Amino acid sequence: MEFRTIAELVELAETKELPISEVMIQKEMIAFDRSREEVVNQMAGHLDVMEKAIERGLNEEGLKSPSGLSGGDAQKIRAHIKKGGTLLSGADVLDTVSRSMSVSEVNASMGTIIATPTAGACGILPGCVFTAAERLQADREAMVRALFVSGAMGYCIANNSFISGAAGGCQAEVGSATAMTAAAVVEMAGGTPAQSAQALAIALKNMLGLVCDPVAGLVEAPCVKRNAMGGAIAMVAADMAMAGIESVIPPDEVVGAMFRIGRDMPTSLKETALGGLAATPTGKRLEKRIFGRDA
Amino acid sequence: MKYRSVFDIIGPVMIGPSSSHTAGAARIGSAARSLFGRKPQRVTITLYGSFAKTYRGHGTDIAIVGGLLGFDTFDERIVQSLRIAHDEGVEVTFIESDETPDHPNTARLLLEDELGTAEVVGISIGGGKMEIVELNGFELRLSGAAPALLIMHHDRYGAIAKVATVLAENKINVGYMQVSRKERGTHQALMIIETDQSVDKKVQGEIEKLEDITSLTVLS
Repeated sequence: MEFRTIAELVELAETKELPISEVMIQKEMIAFDRSREEVVNQMAGHLDVMEKAIERGLNEEGLKSPSGLSGGDAQKIRAHIKKGGTLLSGADVLDTVSRSMSVSEVNASMGTIIATPTAGACGILPGCVFTAAERLQADREAMVRALFVSGAMGYCIANNSFISGAAGGCQAEVGSATAMTAAAVVEMAGGTPAQSAQALAIALKNMLGLVCDPVAGLVEAPCVKRNAMGGAIAMVAADMAMAGIESVIPPDEVVGAMFRIGRDMPTSLKETALGGLAATPTGKRLEKRIFGRDA
Repeated sequence: MKYRSVFDIIGPVMIGPSSSHTAGAARIGSAARSLFGRKPQRVTITLYGSFAKTYRGHGTDIAIVGGLLGFDTFDERIVQSLRIAHDEGVEVTFIESDETPDHPNTARLLLEDELGTAEVVGISIGGGKMEIVELNGFELRLSGAAPALLIMHHDRYGAIAKVATVLAENKINVGYMQVSRKERGTHQALMIIETDQSVDKKVQGEIEKLEDITSLTVLS
């Protein structure tokens, strides 16, 4: 049960006639000499933490981060859906967006979350898995399996490229999370391992080049809204893959492109708060307000 | 392979907002506490790079102190760690360094009490993972992912073989090993052994009794 690349992972799943989630579960059991129960229960515990974070962000009154830069937007989306007016993008997309933002806002307020793969991108996977489960009437087991799919894909990305904004820009962080998530919801929807890989490629291609430019260096602006849009992109990419659309560039090569782009990206755009949105007049003013000094 | 487990990717469970600046920082604090072996009375924490620049917004300071108090990345007491440290009589000082570190997220921790000191340098490498890269002036690489023995020994032939023999006799497999010394001729070296099995008190005692072994610390 060894794989290093997405192509190897898909091949392993196809040869053994197993879903990607099962390949990941078995690999984890073998690599760490743990029982299936231990491995699956640990992941089920992570799913519970995700659910609590979603509920907290959607329901807690006055949820704000210590800096005051974020909080409350997930609830605004929910209220907007409930009003019953015409929704331009549709209630399913906005449900995903509200859940993804909710977890991201809880993170910014120093609440409890699961890093997926990082805290900066923690909203995308829970937002999509819980919305997909609602749409597909999927049970808890299918949701836990989705987390293993996403972990398997993230494992390939992390070991061949990067997953942190400081190392590779936001494409490595929100980009990786979006790609991992798209692959995960494809398995939930009954797609094949190859379709999961295509969803990953389609999603990641649309995140390439995204820089990490957080205002005041905080995981808030633009991170919360990038989690929102990451959730939306993951769901659309999954639907595209389920429709049989394939990426012209194969998944591993897209990951390779992400690596090269990240390597070429200047330091000012890798979580240093020296470029991009952080360096705008408003970004700098906010930094001064929060930390009481210049950037 | 930098990332080995599915839970390196889906995880850790943590208090926000940043896996590198909060969870990774807490793990550096927690490793430093284990290396020191007890609760320190005084801690001086020097922050470098991105840690120095953004620690207040990310709670890097409270996360490191939380780790030093023995809190895990998901322990909600982290949020109150500065107050808890004060209540428990741990004196904490922060220094923001403007030196450029090798890694953007670096912290140097000096832990002290009347029995001794330990100086630990840790880096937070992303996704909540960290590495200890220096201990009391010895360079090393320690992830905390596997149980590890840190053994100070006389820098002399045979010391490593003696330790390896004790491990072999107790059916403990070595996963990774490194030996570090400040420079040749200083007579002290540090041997770090990551093991597949945990090393119990009996085996620890056998190693400590060996000739040429000065001290043993276990990181589990």
